[in-house]
Amino acid sequence: MGDILYTMLQDAISPLTAAYVIAAIGLNIHFGFTGLLNMGQAGFMLMGAYGFAISTVEGAPLWLAVLIALGAVTVFALLLGVPTLKLRGDYLAIVTISAAEIVRFVGRNSLLTEVTGGSGGIPGNDYRSSFTDLSPFGDGRTQIGPFDYLNSNWWLHLVAWAVVFACLGLVALLVRSPWGRLLRGVREDEDAMRSLGKNVYAVKMQALVLGGLFGAVGGIIYVLPSSVQPDGMGRQLTFFIWTALLLGGAAAIFGPLLGSILFFAARALVQTGADTFVPSSIMSSAQTEQFAWIVVGIALMLLVIFRPQGVIGNKRELRFNA
Amino acid sequence: MKSPIPSRRANPGARRVRAVGWIHLTGLALLTSVVLGLFALTPASAAPAPAPAAPAAPAPASPTFCFATAETACVGGTLRLSASETVGGVDITITAPDGTEETVTTADTGAFNLPVEEEGDYGVVIDEETLPDGVAPTESELTVPVVLGENAIANFQFEREATGADGFSWDQFAQQAASGIRLGLLLAMASIGLSLIYGTTGLSNLAHAELVTMGGMVAFFFSGAAGLGLPLTLGILLTTLVCAAYGWAQDRVLWQPLRRRGLGIIQMMIVTIGLSLAMQYTFQYFVGAGQVRITTSSPETVDIGPVTLTQFSFVAMGISIVVVAGVGYMLLRTRIGRATRAVADNPSLAAASGIDVDKVIRLVWTLAAGLAGLSGVLYALVTNGVKWDTGLQILLLLFAAVTLGGLGTAFGAVVGSMVIGLVVELTNIWLPGDFKYATALLILILILLVRPQGLLGRAERVG
Repeated sequence: MGDILYTMLQDAISPLTAAYVIAAIGLNIHFGFTGLLNMGQAGFMLMGAYGFAISTVEGAPLWLAVLIALGAVTVFALLLGVPTLKLRGDYLAIVTISAAEIVRFVGRNSLLTEVTGGSGGIPGNDYRSSFTDLSPFGDGRTQIGPFDYLNSNWWLHLVAWAVVFACLGLVALLVRSPWGRLLRGVREDEDAMRSLGKNVYAVKMQALVLGGLFGAVGGIIYVLPSSVQPDGMGRQLTFFIWTALLLGGAAAIFGPLLGSILFFAARALVQTGADTFVPSSIMSSAQTEQFAWIVVGIALMLLVIFRPQGVIGNKRELRFNA
Repeated sequence: MKSPIPSRRANPGARRVRAVGWIHLTGLALLTSVVLGLFALTPASAAPAPAPAAPAAPAPASPTFCFATAETACVGGTLRLSASETVGGVDITITAPDGTEETVTTADTGAFNLPVEEEGDYGVVIDEETLPDGVAPTESELTVPVVLGENAIANFQFEREATGADGFSWDQFAQQAASGIRLGLLLAMASIGLSLIYGTTGLSNLAHAELVTMGGMVAFFFSGAAGLGLPLTLGILLTTLVCAAYGWAQDRVLWQPLRRRGLGIIQMMIVTIGLSLAMQYTFQYFVGAGQVRITTSSPETVDIGPVTLTQFSFVAMGISIVVVAGVGYMLLRTRIGRATRAVADNPSLAAASGIDVDKVIRLVWTLAAGLAGLSGVLYALVTNGVKWDTGLQILLLLFAAVTLGGLGTAFGAVVGSMVIGLVVELTNIWLPGDFKYATALLILILILLVRPQGLLGRAERVG
């Protein structure tokens, strides 16, 4: 039992969870507040991760690398938004789900091995140092509570969660601003907004780009502790972010935070629980992991059917239709 | 703009909602157990062991088997030309940080390993003299950081040196065009169903490609060497039936109750995402992460002019043409086909004129799943086999095809599939590997910019 609790806690505070939260915040701007169906958030994350890692490997300082990542994602979002945002909602879904796969295919292509590392990806040591060098904690290990990590790892934890709360604050301010009301107006009734003289297309585009930028930041945090692995950032990642967002509650500011933590903790509970209590003759350890993902998929279906507003969302905010 | 099917009772009482809820729960459980049970029938010993996710464990047969302990580490890797082709007998020199060199030779599995006891950056150099002709590593020297207690993997990538002159010849064009027609026909079978589902219910089924994967997997269970070993023809037939039954059941326990409940289309799309996720990992759970092949014998090929295709490819193309033509006939000439088109046109009007909309939609789901399953078996047979994520690649092609032809039009889906199949395969002449999928996306975006209703779609305001 202690092991399960430890794994759940460890997963709940890991920088990976923080990366999910940030990406889910972006998706919340897309889906929760504006009603855009972005099915390729992992593509935005991967784009950001590549932009950051490649420019760092080429010698850019940290701030420039982050700027390049954000720039790349902005271009990507514009490219996807121009043909689709004037059309019915599901076209955006189709194009984003495809584009995210294409980013992955192109990134892992052997022709680009010099730049992107091909299917092997870019090892974290190639780009991590510009971030870890900023750490004020020095070398060595520190134990806080039950967790004993390298100091550089604590630095990553700290920064990742600081970014999460900065993003949450920013979104809270944005959605309460006139612009945020515009977003919800577009979600509820496009025609009404048009009749008020608002440029719906421009508002949707702004939302798509902004949410994509959050995705890029999430992508950078996602690859900092490990490496840029194109195959680890495919369609599944998008779906997990969706599950996390809907679990917490779309259109709620703290939905992504709560949802991601619950998502990881619950997944760890299912997996370690199955590992511990189901004999390995019935379920091997590789199978328990897959079992956990099957449960995630079914949970997503049940969630949308029975509690579309998630844990803390407001059902009245989610009555829109494309 | 299609409106969702109106729920029969606009204002159901609370008790009724709860009752439907329980139907859902049991329905979903039933659905899952059907899928699970189907795979559970596979004899445990027959299912190939799930491939390890990380290349951490080297093949035990390798003569240079190496285990990392607290004081040692391993430098190793596997030389692969492609997913299935490994290179043995290649000399690899590993230089330690202190300058000592050690040379190892790869085993037949392409694996090489060297136990080391010192941390630091190791240089790994491949001896190009010992590589097969026409193959060159993209980088002949790699540096791997070694940490004690862990395996350091040196991942070499290879490229084949071009054997032809400048890459383009009409013979190659003909060959690629033939593969394109083959791919187009297989896509057509799957995309008709996708388009019909969209036309009748307004739902973009993001789990449709998983039905294609499922076809390959179920056929592997029926006819594969590790499965029941039934004759192939019987296997294909049974697979189509199983997939069609699955489509029927999916509508019965999932989509019909959701329509009655009045769940929005967007919410339903998210449900298809959950379903796709659950199905992908169900495949992985039972079959593992590796590729499975239904037949292992090397196929016989037929030459027609410059075109070389396997015998089976011609059979598959024949089956596809017959099936697509049959579906076309059904839609145009039969009563139920006309009813289907009426529902696709205007569900409320169709219901008002006495068509049982639910029955039509049930038929569409059954047909769509059966066709997708059949397409999946044939796809697995003409290509290298099927993997749990085969659907990931196909989904993009399917949506590109359906959008190109016009969302909701069955014949548009066929035309779109042929165009996408041809373009994707012809791209291969100029651009290698997975870039061909990027062309499909490019077409998708261009079509949306220029003619969002697709080639055969009716011009209407779609946003």
